[in-house]
Amino acid sequence: MTKNLRVKSSEYIDETNRISFKFNGKTYHGFKGDTLASALLANDVHLVGRSFKYHRPRGIMTAGSEEPNAIVQVNPGTNRTEPNVRATEVEIYEGLEASSQNCWPSVEFDIGGINNFLSPFFPAGFYYKTFMWPASFWEKYEFFIRHSAGLGKSPTSSDPDIYDHRNIHCDVLVVGAGISGILAAKNAAKNNFKTLLVDEKNELGGSTIFENNEFNKIDNKTPSDWLKKEIEELKNIKNLEIKTRTSVAAYHQYNYLLARENLTDHLEAKDKTNKIRQRLLKIRAKKVILATGALERPLIFNNNDRPGIMLSSAVKKYSEFYGVTCGSKNVFFTNNDSAYESALSLFNKGINVEAVIDIREQSESKIVKKVKEAGIKIYWSHTIVDTAGYKRLNSVSIMKLSTDGTSVTGSKISISCDCLGVAGGWTPAVHLYTQSGSKLKFDEEKQIFLPNQNTSEQLSVGSCSGDFKIDEIIKNLNHKLKDTLNIKETDLDNIKVEIDHENSKKNIWLLPSDKPLGKTKPFVDYQNDATAKDIKLALREGFRSIEHVKRYTTTGMGTDQGKLGNMHALGIIADTAGVKMGELGTTTFRPPYTPLTFGTIVGRNVGKFFDIFRRTPMNDWHVENKAEFENVGQWKRAWYYPINGETMHQAVQRESKAARESAGILDASTLGKIDIQGSDASEFLNRVYTNAWSKLAIGKCRYGLMLNEDGMVYDDGVTTRLGENHYIMTTTTGGAANVLSKLEDYLQTEWPELDVYLTSVTDHYATASLCGPNSKKILKKIIPDLDLADENFPHMSFKEANIGNIQCRIMRISFTGEHSYEINVQASYGKDLWEKCMEAGQEFNITPYGTETMHLLRAEKGFIIVGQDTDGTMTPIDLQMDWIVSKKKYDFIGKRSLYRSDTMREDRKQLVGLLTEDPNEVLEEGAQIISELNQSPVEMLGHVTSSYFSPNLNKSIALAVVRGGKNMMGKKLFVPMENKNINVIVTNPVFYDEKNERLNA
Amino acid sequence: MFLINCPYCGERDQQEFKAGGEAHIERPKQPTELSDDEWAEYLFMRKNIKGVQFERWNHAHGCRKWFNMVRDTSNDEIKAIYKMGEKPPAQ
Repeated sequence: MTKNLRVKSSEYIDETNRISFKFNGKTYHGFKGDTLASALLANDVHLVGRSFKYHRPRGIMTAGSEEPNAIVQVNPGTNRTEPNVRATEVEIYEGLEASSQNCWPSVEFDIGGINNFLSPFFPAGFYYKTFMWPASFWEKYEFFIRHSAGLGKSPTSSDPDIYDHRNIHCDVLVVGAGISGILAAKNAAKNNFKTLLVDEKNELGGSTIFENNEFNKIDNKTPSDWLKKEIEELKNIKNLEIKTRTSVAAYHQYNYLLARENLTDHLEAKDKTNKIRQRLLKIRAKKVILATGALERPLIFNNNDRPGIMLSSAVKKYSEFYGVTCGSKNVFFTNNDSAYESALSLFNKGINVEAVIDIREQSESKIVKKVKEAGIKIYWSHTIVDTAGYKRLNSVSIMKLSTDGTSVTGSKISISCDCLGVAGGWTPAVHLYTQSGSKLKFDEEKQIFLPNQNTSEQLSVGSCSGDFKIDEIIKNLNHKLKDTLNIKETDLDNIKVEIDHENSKKNIWLLPSDKPLGKTKPFVDYQNDATAKDIKLALREGFRSIEHVKRYTTTGMGTDQGKLGNMHALGIIADTAGVKMGELGTTTFRPPYTPLTFGTIVGRNVGKFFDIFRRTPMNDWHVENKAEFENVGQWKRAWYYPINGETMHQAVQRESKAARESAGILDASTLGKIDIQGSDASEFLNRVYTNAWSKLAIGKCRYGLMLNEDGMVYDDGVTTRLGENHYIMTTTTGGAANVLSKLEDYLQTEWPELDVYLTSVTDHYATASLCGPNSKKILKKIIPDLDLADENFPHMSFKEANIGNIQCRIMRISFTGEHSYEINVQASYGKDLWEKCMEAGQEFNITPYGTETMHLLRAEKGFIIVGQDTDGTMTPIDLQMDWIVSKKKYDFIGKRSLYRSDTMREDRKQLVGLLTEDPNEVLEEGAQIISELNQSPVEMLGHVTSSYFSPNLNKSIALAVVRGGKNMMGKKLFVPMENKNINVIVTNPVFYDEKNERLNA
Repeated sequence: MFLINCPYCGERDQQEFKAGGEAHIERPKQPTELSDDEWAEYLFMRKNIKGVQFERWNHAHGCRKWFNMVRDTSNDEIKAIYKMGEKPPAQ
């Protein structure tokens, strides 16, 4: 049986538009404009979830994004499902389904509820203390803990929605569209500031929009009516953009803010398709005006968490804004005047208000008098000592509070009720303010933290700056706006405000009970079940720092980040430890303010855009010819070309043989290419490479090794002298960007006197590398008039030529040890060049080969690959490449480091070749190398860096780095594997054609 | 996310830039004259100050120019930006 608790028509609820939705499998009805929370309350559903640790029944507590309890799973079981969503923020639509979390088998009967009765055994730090011993058992404990932990369930299939990012630049960003935000935005925009106003709700106006306290008047209107008129006027203002359903998640330095704009979550499933669900706004604002408002605090008393216990402000919002009453017998519990507004709001609608319990001695304000006149019983100086009702509140017990507020006296009075509105005062929402790096100050009188020291062009206005009453808000807003925006007049100058002043305050962070604290449950953090006694226990156990107490007790560590209870935690610590709250400081407020879905964060960078790949101009050919690809840097490179169902090994063996026996072709377009020009280009190369460059003739190529200043090999490649002052440098595929950046660094900062210009031309050229004994014949067919005679076009030289109308640069260089040519053409002709080579090479069985074959062929020759055979700890001497290090040059990058005592050690790891005793045994790359068997522990001498089965030598070959390897030629070492030891012999790393005879074959 | 005023391009978002470590460490003109310790001092030793620090930055995804920045590492306030070769501002 459900009751209808809809009490009056609300202009924000469209009662002609009835919506059905399901909660925990049961169908309910609400109206357009309802949130899931308001619709459930209208159906008298308070119990919506179970708490995290004790599985206590919990109800809806708030009407906003600060909700700690009513967190639900939306659309469970679908690919659009989302866990940990606040029911107070879900706008209902036809077909919405939601369910409770953290309960099994149901929210009504939850097995985990037994934890509540075992709670004396679950104090703060229970898990830390209990599962420590024995340490080796952690894995077993973990299995069970993980099982019982966690709230919602993440979706198991991929997200069908589209997400987007957008950059926004504005003069003024106003966060929060309550009364102060609206007035600030209006005045900024009117004064020609490009202004953006955002609010997390779907309606503008904040809490003032339903503010009908008859004693507050703005220009003789109720604040609500006055603000509606202001909102109406916003429509006609230029320079003002308004975004609703937009929640600022993060406020970074230099006024960079991230906001989530929610576009389709309130729509029916059929209307969501093909639309952007959420957009992440990346806002850079010249000035930020924070009008984020304040959050009402609960009061901390025994059993303050039962369904039916809510914030007083929420009771008022449900009644005034949604037209829903949260109970039929209402009680309020307060330390300030705002509960009286809520009481009156219900009373005026004819809803039963049983009593107001006030911890203060008295209050003389008009609204209190009005409540008295209404005949509502007020209990002054009383506190609630206990509440009753397991799944729904049914009564509260109150007692008289002692003068000092630490104990209770007299007899217990029980008041029957089904809804309790709690008002513990207001906490300015300073989360975003502190995220920006700005500092807070504790206001002793108001007992709140307030913005104090701004770090960027920012302004806090309204209740987030501690102004709670409309007269203060308008007065302070007016002069702050004038200062910040540097304007002379605003339309706030002549506003007349009448206000009902509150004149007594009382704040008690932890209210006493007639039972000792140990026998009560005063919850501070509702979501994580942290109570006041947990906090006190932490203090007794020696924790002092607020950050430590937070982590030990988990206070403020839920998905709500303790928006409601953090202040109480601080207050209780301060009171217990006898320090001032201001000295204690706050915990750090971290982004996001409310949780973001991963989809919003990654935006469009999903699927093939997750990590964008670069493809060579020949890519289509590789794809058409069924190449397998490997990722190298950002590139997709052809790895090998299997035919007729070959395995990778078979394909690579075939490709490798073909390249040495007849002809092979490799797409080498990905190699980094840097164009170097300027009168000091030769000198520059002298300084960046280890070998000498001044004497390189025009039209010649040279291999160079580049070091870091620490002497370690950084990159390598062939550089060609194109002209007197013109070189083209090639780099490794993965190192191209870093090499350019490093060279620019030296050029701009260390050697600005050099006349050198660097340009990255990697993408401008496509490169086909033609290799093998028939490569010359193939090239001759393509360019018949080019003189390819060895004496005129020898190894390590360069020629320009034309293939038809296509200009090309041809380098006779070789990474395979074979006679070969690298042909470079303008990138757009790459595929054309490749196809010409294939056509011309057909009669020679030209074989396209990929990176794997290239690696194998160069390993046969003992050529290193930077990054595979080196790892940032190898000097050229370690690589046995002493020949490339100039002894004559005074200086080059890294030279001095080659003479450091450490780099000169004889027992450094050095590059060697390894041959396995069994020629068919191929070592695993990365395998460790040892010299002694049957020793434990055994010294690791090094590891295998490259290993292949060489089809040309018909045996297994490997390169390795081995400690002191240079002096171990012929020595037998061992490579221990999981179930055997492989015997290897240390050799020279050059396995094939040691005399380089094939280069001219 | 900083807003960095590149001396060549103007204000740009931090993601266009790359930090390049401590500024005003000159590469020794005659490295061979230095002892191992002196060379190590140049090579490895960098300050990590809480407070005002002189840094090198590079407009990597922009004009590719290197420049200097004075930044307070305790609050990330950028106090000054000046070109390579220019004298650091007086503190």
